[in-house]
Amino acid sequence: MMQKILFGNLTWQAIPFNNPIIMGAAVFMVAIILLIIGALFYFKQWKTLWTEWLTTVDHKKIGLMYIILAFVMLVRGLIDAAMMRLQQAIAVGDSMGYLPPEHYDQIFTAHGVIMIFFMAMPFMFGLINIVLPLQIGARDVAFPFLNSLSFWLAVVGAVLLNISLVIGDFAATGWLAYPPLSELAYSPGVGVDYYIMALQISGIGTLLSGINFVVTILKMRCPGMTLMKMPVFVWTSLCSMILVILAFPVLTVTLALLCFDRYFGMHFFTADAGGNAMMYINLIWIWGHPEVYILILPAFGIYSEVVATFSKKYLFGYATMVWATACITLLAFSVWLHHFFTMGAGANVNAFFGIATMVISVPTGVKVFNWLFTMYRGRITFTTPMLWTMGFISTFAIGGMTGVLMAVPAIDYQVHNSLFLIAHFHNAIIGGVLFGYLAGLTYWFPKVFGFKLNETLGRYAFWSWIIGFYVAFLPVYLLGMMGMTRRLSHYDAATGWHPFLVVAAIGVLIICGGVLFQVAQLLVSIKNRASYRDVTGDPWDGRTLEWSIASPAPFYNFAITPHVNSRDAFWQAKQEGSHQSETKPQYEDIHMPKNTGVGFIIAVFSGIFGFAAVWHIVWLSIVGLAGAIITVIVRSFNMEVDYYLKADDVERMERERQSMITQMATKAACCGSVATQPQILNTQNI
Amino acid sequence: MTQAATHADHSDDTDIFGFWIYILSDCILFASLFAVFAVLQSNVYGGPGIKELSNLSYVLIETMVLLASSFTYGLSILSVYKNAKYRVLFYLGLTFLLGASFVGMEINEFTHLFLEGHTWQSSAALSSFFALVGTHGLHVSIGLLWMLLLMAQLITFGMTPVISRRLTYLGLFWAFLDIIWIFVFTIVYLMGSI
Repeated sequence: MMQKILFGNLTWQAIPFNNPIIMGAAVFMVAIILLIIGALFYFKQWKTLWTEWLTTVDHKKIGLMYIILAFVMLVRGLIDAAMMRLQQAIAVGDSMGYLPPEHYDQIFTAHGVIMIFFMAMPFMFGLINIVLPLQIGARDVAFPFLNSLSFWLAVVGAVLLNISLVIGDFAATGWLAYPPLSELAYSPGVGVDYYIMALQISGIGTLLSGINFVVTILKMRCPGMTLMKMPVFVWTSLCSMILVILAFPVLTVTLALLCFDRYFGMHFFTADAGGNAMMYINLIWIWGHPEVYILILPAFGIYSEVVATFSKKYLFGYATMVWATACITLLAFSVWLHHFFTMGAGANVNAFFGIATMVISVPTGVKVFNWLFTMYRGRITFTTPMLWTMGFISTFAIGGMTGVLMAVPAIDYQVHNSLFLIAHFHNAIIGGVLFGYLAGLTYWFPKVFGFKLNETLGRYAFWSWIIGFYVAFLPVYLLGMMGMTRRLSHYDAATGWHPFLVVAAIGVLIICGGVLFQVAQLLVSIKNRASYRDVTGDPWDGRTLEWSIASPAPFYNFAITPHVNSRDAFWQAKQEGSHQSETKPQYEDIHMPKNTGVGFIIAVFSGIFGFAAVWHIVWLSIVGLAGAIITVIVRSFNMEVDYYLKADDVERMERERQSMITQMATKAACCGSVATQPQILNTQNI
Repeated sequence: MTQAATHADHSDDTDIFGFWIYILSDCILFASLFAVFAVLQSNVYGGPGIKELSNLSYVLIETMVLLASSFTYGLSILSVYKNAKYRVLFYLGLTFLLGASFVGMEINEFTHLFLEGHTWQSSAALSSFFALVGTHGLHVSIGLLWMLLLMAQLITFGMTPVISRRLTYLGLFWAFLDIIWIFVFTIVYLMGSI
């Protein structure tokens, strides 16, 4: 009785001590945590951790932490993928493979959830955080505190998901947890509860971020930057964030209703008492399809920035690019039913959604042609970001075409839930979303750290990724054609699938090689950072405002608010030579937000609530919820949330930086490692 | 923060625009719940539907109480413009009482249904009814908590720009909940009783 009150359903049985794979992963995770804690003690960095990172409201630092989270989760998701591919490569005929079905089911669920919610989303928010305020000439986002809260909520979601690996289990339902399978009657364990709590908590953070960035873009652009003068990345982020605001509340409701079914015995999606499981599938895809565009639109923006910079041309068809983005944003809400043509909505409904789906390929095609025409007769430099972009254009075209193929309901009946579908969306998400984010990471890395990444290893990583991708997924298309359905943990030898699955597994190994090259690239670049130093702040001969300030960007971003009067304002200024001004700049006091640990604390309480709710520990969930609310209330009594950075301090820091730049540039010039001329940057006249 | 109000980087305008966007997202949240209700309201699973269970005149009184609370909130905002702290407090107190009566009436209605054995476990129709009306009730309750908080802050800090901006937020939120309730009243109760 006391046990039940204190610990709810949580017992020692929740930890699978007899499962070597899970225990191995647990030991590995604990070892890494202990290593980090040990390092923090050894280097006496606890205070720095708190003052510089946990409490920071600086969008660049938050963005960096988002990307670290994304990379950690990418590794976990990739390990899941490799485990599945290995299982499928050996579990044929008499061999049952090494993963029992109940474990295999959790792995494919976790893989999907991690890659979408805790890899792609944080990666996207990381890049937007770092770049977007710089591109619009702003000092920070509209709501810096909410920004930190959003990030920590995302972390808490990821932590809950990782806890589920060791304590209890994760959902074994597939990444969208379709009912009635995800209902209590068929999934009595805690897996689906972990799923709901992790996604609800991180989803609230996502919604807050969406609001934050829309307001930032619409209200905080520097003088002169009208909507049609915004960089394309800003445009695509705006559209993506609008989709977040419109789509994420639907996810919140859908998961909440599933949660009510499981916790309070309601009947929204149950198989009895009038519940309607189809409604869940409609609702989840009304969120889920826009989610695809939430991820891909910012990637489209990155490609647009990269392709213009490295072709040394204005982006071809800027206005059509903007309108194509807007069209995709609208159409995103008119196609959700194509995810379940086979569920009997009727021929006319299927025809409508099939045609709507095909229509989306028109604005997407416009974009592809714009990128191609930007490259046409451009002076292309084949840097790593450009390689990712060109790899994307061809790969994504294939993914798009298989998508249009499946938009025909009659064909979809043949390939629904087959591996053809799996190959299609990995084609679009790896070749579209991930390549874009990796291009963006390489492109903007110097802006964050002040040095470039090693190009050679970057190239190796790119080639491993793209070759690995094709080796891994072309056989999967064929397997889909041969009738193999998704999520199989074992199959008969007579199907003839085995050789294809072996090839696919080899492909995943090549991709893993790509990730190893990326890790090596990072380590080598950090080691040789002196020779990769970005002295000028403009390592790629860039076009937009973020390149007009120093690398790494100072914490106040722009010493003087820039004024723009054209697209690609910095490029224009460089052409006219007006970015190097002789006049002494007039610095002003800068209004800055104070650091605060409140976002972190609220997130910790939310995490306590989530964990307690999963295990039905009533008192602890009340503590978590009340703690979060009380923290908000206490914060609302604090009126000292900002301060002014004095003009004198700004001037001193700017002068120090400029003398450092001159010094480094002379040094670099005599060593011959950096070719670009030193520039004393002045953003006043842009 | 008083300085901040005049600063170009971060004006009241920006903050209130952000709050409008939040309201928009909350609209979508309610829209989803309405859609769910529309789909499930006839799935009564052999039990009684909303029509048999609701008492229109009771709900009409509930509605009037909530609308009256919006009116008194409007009066308190007018007093904010006149910088009359105690009048603001008085009208906020009145709004709080009306809002609390609304929530009380709703809890009373729910309790009666429960005692008669019509719970959210009875059927999908009742699940969706309780989820939709309950979510609105939860929003109103959060609004009430917020109102108490703002009254405490008004007493602590006086009529500062920050407090009056927060009162604007709550006013938007309160009016929004009114509008949602009009839809609840129409779609759930009036159309339900046809």
